[in-house]
Amino acid sequence: MHSTTCKRLIAVVSSFAMIAALSACGDNTPADTTGATKGKNSGISGEFHGAGASSQQGAVEAWIATYQNKNRNSKIAYNPSGSGAGVSTFLTGATAWAGTDAPLNDQQIEQSKAICKSGTAFDVPVYVSPIAVMFNLRGVSGQGKHLNMDATVIARIFDGKITEWNDEAIKAENPKVNLPATPITVVHRSDKSGTTNNFTSYLKAAAPNDWSYEPQENWPNDVGQAAKGTDGVVSSIGQADGTIGYADLAKAGNFGTASVKVGADYVEPAADAAAKTVNASPLRPMPKGSKRVVVNVDYATSVAGDYPIVSSSYAVACPAYKDPKTGAFVRDWLGYVLSDSGQKVAADNTGSAALGGALTQKALKSVGAIQGK
Amino acid sequence: MANISETSGVGQVVPAVAGQVSATLGAPVGGGPDGRRDDLDFSNAKPSKHSQDKIFHAVAVGCGALILVSLGAVVLFLLLRAWPIFAGPQAKTSAVFASLSGGKAHGFWQYVGPLVFGTVVIATLALAIAFFVAVGVALFITFYARKRIQTVLNYVVDLLAAIPSVIYGLWGALVLVPATYPFWNWVSVHLGWIPLFAGPAANPPRTVASAAVILAIMIMPIITSMTRDIFAATPRLNQEAALALGATKWEMIKLTALPFAKSGMVSASMLALGRALGETMAVMMVLSPGMTYSWHWLQASKSQTIAANIAAQYPEADSLGVSALIATGLVLFVITFVVNLLARRITRKGGAQ
Repeated sequence: MHSTTCKRLIAVVSSFAMIAALSACGDNTPADTTGATKGKNSGISGEFHGAGASSQQGAVEAWIATYQNKNRNSKIAYNPSGSGAGVSTFLTGATAWAGTDAPLNDQQIEQSKAICKSGTAFDVPVYVSPIAVMFNLRGVSGQGKHLNMDATVIARIFDGKITEWNDEAIKAENPKVNLPATPITVVHRSDKSGTTNNFTSYLKAAAPNDWSYEPQENWPNDVGQAAKGTDGVVSSIGQADGTIGYADLAKAGNFGTASVKVGADYVEPAADAAAKTVNASPLRPMPKGSKRVVVNVDYATSVAGDYPIVSSSYAVACPAYKDPKTGAFVRDWLGYVLSDSGQKVAADNTGSAALGGALTQKALKSVGAIQGK
Repeated sequence: MANISETSGVGQVVPAVAGQVSATLGAPVGGGPDGRRDDLDFSNAKPSKHSQDKIFHAVAVGCGALILVSLGAVVLFLLLRAWPIFAGPQAKTSAVFASLSGGKAHGFWQYVGPLVFGTVVIATLALAIAFFVAVGVALFITFYARKRIQTVLNYVVDLLAAIPSVIYGLWGALVLVPATYPFWNWVSVHLGWIPLFAGPAANPPRTVASAAVILAIMIMPIITSMTRDIFAATPRLNQEAALALGATKWEMIKLTALPFAKSGMVSASMLALGRALGETMAVMMVLSPGMTYSWHWLQASKSQTIAANIAAQYPEADSLGVSALIATGLVLFVITFVVNLLARRITRKGGAQ
């Protein structure tokens, strides 16, 4: 008697489990025929993984969403573990592509021979974003408000030589603004960061007399405060009056930003202006590897309307993969990422600069040559 | 179960098993709370014929061995993974440390030195703040609070001890730290003549002082709940004897509770210090890190702890960089080991009195 109830109970429970399992199966394998016929399906199917720069995360998520809409049989995941970790993972062969803020170094190119079917890995720019110098100053800062600053003033602030907001040098560039005598607190990144690298590159290139440090991913001096990650910097700026820091323009929120002097004019940080700078910049001659498209950003540009503080972020891929299916996917995926519609999706979602022009053509050529089934 | 409790010789069998375990592992198993072991008479212990005892014996030995194995595995992992940074070519390793420290350090000791300094200073400061408050709370709960308040406080203390550190970190970084600027500013203005409090106070105050306060709040419940339990175990007879001799309540506590709880208080604070030394998330969220040997607690970007530094630098580290970070982890391991060793010493001495 007792055991039969028991058996029945088990039967009921297991049938529920079965139904649940079956329906879960249905979710995982979208045998959606309408989806497969709709849109030109390039035959991309399967699960693919990428990892790397957290700066790209927002853009990559937007790309994945739209890409999977078109290619219903593909399943893509991106782990924003950081540039270094992303490239290391890629070099173990565990991911199809990697995102990185820093171009590959010679040693990494050499290592990539082991995981690429032939040739060495290459990098192409996929995500360009303006870096804004943002500040929190009672009575002065606010959304869409700007202070005019040239590279010298920015360098002297971030090197601790200008310590108060009503310093003569800042006043001279902003005669109409009533600047208070608040002490300046510089906020910078505490972790290794591509943003720091780009920002210090700008300072070194545009104000070499006032910025004595080499461009690098770690903040070079002891001025001010350090915070972990872009969000850490932004939240620290928000916590006190008189702070100034640097981060992706998209994170500026209610802070004021610096209009940077380029040539004779002051340029507000904006995606278009950043894209202009990158497109006009020459390619970096790379000592190792082929098909690589690495921009030598012209931080010291004096062309009117260019915004010079720009971060460029790359995608790393192999020219041929051991699994031809992966090759076909990466070719299609990066082709989409670099396409006008892909760049527009990123710009709409993250405030990044939509690339295009000769640079992207070069990148597309490299990507299009990836061997795949 | 029923079988065992009916056995007459239970009291002797269990110590015998303990003795066998310690003999097998070659390490002494701690004695009773008072440290005396000579009252255990091993000569009477006969190997039991009950199969439960054999199973229990095997399980106990296995558990004891597991501890040693896992500790050994951790040490081995740290040594193996840290090895490339010690064995690698000088030029390469110095480049790694330069890139990890922003060009400030070029060798291992140069890199890990300020981190050790920061770790020890912040943890010690946190313990110094937490200890007296925690013992005060424990004394209040045990000897002064009324029954209902006692229950509520006990509950709250246990709850505080259970809150994950990342939540303390978030609250500290987003609420507490910015709110304490006026206080730190006041301290730096009025006590700035003491080098430790030299101004100007950082704003937002993401400093060593703030990090120590957050850590103190985190470790306080640990000390409180342990010392509370020890105070509650103070022999009633001693307390009443003290009171009968005409001692006031404070004198009674001084004469009976504090000496009785001394070694327990030390071991509770060492446990708390261990947590403070290894705390990662809260420090990372609150502290503005720096790589100096500075004693200026109210200024930002002066110190960093080993654990927070590993967490912060790990994502962007390449293979040799990871080795360097794991080597700093090895140093943290040694520090906690030394702290525990000292604590053992002190509690053993305290217990012998």
